[in-house]
Amino acid sequence: MNALVDVLYALVSDYTLRTVALGSAVLGLVSGALGTYAVLRRQSLIGDAIAHAALPGIALAFLLTGSRVTLVLLIGALVAGWLATLAIMAVTQTSRITFDSALGVALSVFFGVGLMLLTYIQQTAGARQAGLDTFLFGQAATLVTDDVWTMAALGTVALLGMGLFWKEFKLVSFDPVFARTIGLPVRLLDTLLMTLLVLAIVIGLQTVGVVLMSAMLVAPAAAARQWTDHLGTMVGLSMAFGVAAGVSGALISSLVANLPTGPTIVICVSLIVAISLALAPHRGLVWRYLRDRRSSLQQPIADPAAQKGTS
Amino acid sequence: MTITQLEIQLVAVVVAAACALPGVYLVLRGMAMMSDAISHSILPGIVVAFFLVENLNSPLLIVGAALTGLLTVVLVELLADTRLVKEDAAIGIVFPAFFSLGVILIARFAGDVHLDLDAVLLGELAFAPFNRLEIAGRDLGPQGLYAMGAVGLLNLSFILLFYKELKLATFDAALATALGFAPVALHYTLMALVSITAVAAFDAVGAILVVALIVGPPASARFLTDRLSLTLGLSVALGVACAISGYWLAHSLDASIAGSIATMVGVCFTACYLFAPTHGLVAYYLMQRERRWTFARKVLVIHLLQHEGLPEAKRECRVDHLHDHLSWTPGFAERVVAQAEDRALVRHRDGRLWLTPGGRALAQEAVVHT
Repeated sequence: MNALVDVLYALVSDYTLRTVALGSAVLGLVSGALGTYAVLRRQSLIGDAIAHAALPGIALAFLLTGSRVTLVLLIGALVAGWLATLAIMAVTQTSRITFDSALGVALSVFFGVGLMLLTYIQQTAGARQAGLDTFLFGQAATLVTDDVWTMAALGTVALLGMGLFWKEFKLVSFDPVFARTIGLPVRLLDTLLMTLLVLAIVIGLQTVGVVLMSAMLVAPAAAARQWTDHLGTMVGLSMAFGVAAGVSGALISSLVANLPTGPTIVICVSLIVAISLALAPHRGLVWRYLRDRRSSLQQPIADPAAQKGTS
Repeated sequence: MTITQLEIQLVAVVVAAACALPGVYLVLRGMAMMSDAISHSILPGIVVAFFLVENLNSPLLIVGAALTGLLTVVLVELLADTRLVKEDAAIGIVFPAFFSLGVILIARFAGDVHLDLDAVLLGELAFAPFNRLEIAGRDLGPQGLYAMGAVGLLNLSFILLFYKELKLATFDAALATALGFAPVALHYTLMALVSITAVAAFDAVGAILVVALIVGPPASARFLTDRLSLTLGLSVALGVACAISGYWLAHSLDASIAGSIATMVGVCFTACYLFAPTHGLVAYYLMQRERRWTFARKVLVIHLLQHEGLPEAKRECRVDHLHDHLSWTPGFAERVVAQAEDRALVRHRDGRLWLTPGGRALAQEAVVHT
């Protein structure tokens, strides 16, 4: 009990821990919400592609402005991620290339360009590109209050957009044909939803990095899916799971030495998925197993042929 | 060109060729992102095997990593089989968890050992020649060249041996099962090969750029051919071309070789996407435009045939009447007529249009066949 009080006290008093926990909470909240759509639309892996594709944007933003202000770098990331998304959508719609191949090519090529630019910057600028490669794996410990504000502002935009077009996004995701019939601009709405998704991903880059960002998008939503069939409830739960994983990951990594924050958050969110898959009512694997066993025990009695054989 | 430069390019070429071969099957099976998952999730395998043998060049590392790669594939499929999550979400859940585990293991226990995260993820091809293979005191060249060459040969012999079976399992898994070709066993063998390739290549190009070489060249080759054998050959050729041009791009910019090779993969893919002979975007639009004109010429001759020899022919068979009847703009109608005249389908005489024998034949054939 004392340990818990200590942790809660540290959460309020320790500047770094408070900042990291707040940042992780914002990240979990926004990616949990937007991730719901990515998972339901079977586009879970697009988050992975967008996160990787943000790297050249960060490098270019630095190369063009010479600034290391988080907002400037994130705008670069936003533009590059958005371009990658458009490229993936265009290639899959106008050619024989399937979605998975388009994702693979976009992810690795954008990342490769980013890497090339980063090493180029390193050579020419003379100075170390410190601060830039924190985006690779994320370094939550480097978060400052300004970063959290930036994240919160971008996150608010993403969540507002999602709330504003709630009905439209729902329809476009579940029944695009009907949406087109009643005259909704389906392609525009798809692009808008993707843009909000890019926004959500960019927010997390500094905390968990490009490699692990996709987990923050997919895992909370996949876990939430097990508990409900209702979109609103799913979004709510997904946001709650995202926040829970973010804050607990930040706390645990602050308690144990040499425990990087990003991976710890991902392990936390993976545990939430495992628990949900096992225990969620109706769908959970444990309930399924018990149900199967009960029905297999009941079968001989229910089967009239078997009854006749015994009598 | 120095010996070192030559050696780096040789390693890059062998990596590209070895990656492209299994990549073709991943792309054709719609499992391209599995390469991303495998190349990331081998990290904990490498780390654990490294703790056991404490040697970065031990073959046990490859075994450990390949096993983790297979474990990832099995876990993804088990998860998807529960039907609680879709396959793409299963991939998105499993590999970040594995990768996180690997990062945490490195951070916790390998603080002072040389196992650099940057190197695992990004690779550094420029260092490939420093690691020499020496037997009985004689220098035989870069170690990576032999490791990658062996993996490439392994991939090649697997594909040559099971070419027919792989082809069938890729394009018609149900028939393959019915004929007793064990597509499941083939599938896991293929996945094991992808894992081994990813492990061997990550050292040179890094985990993420392995994906570029596995997915990029086969996806580009898809634009160029429909034949499996040609797809395999072209993928290897494109991969090799990207490796060499990427090396020289890196050389001129003084930037990361792996990043530059991936950039060239992007250039190659974009070029194929836009300019491939029949499946490229430009060819597609040109074909669509050509179809539109062909159709318009057919409509013109059919229209003329309908009214040929009838009293209203004098009124119907004029260029300016096409505007009323077919709602063509005057400009469009004139171009169609000019094209039809060029192809000797119609003739212009006495202020009206006449069908030539060729035009009549085309119209009759078009009417019969529609």
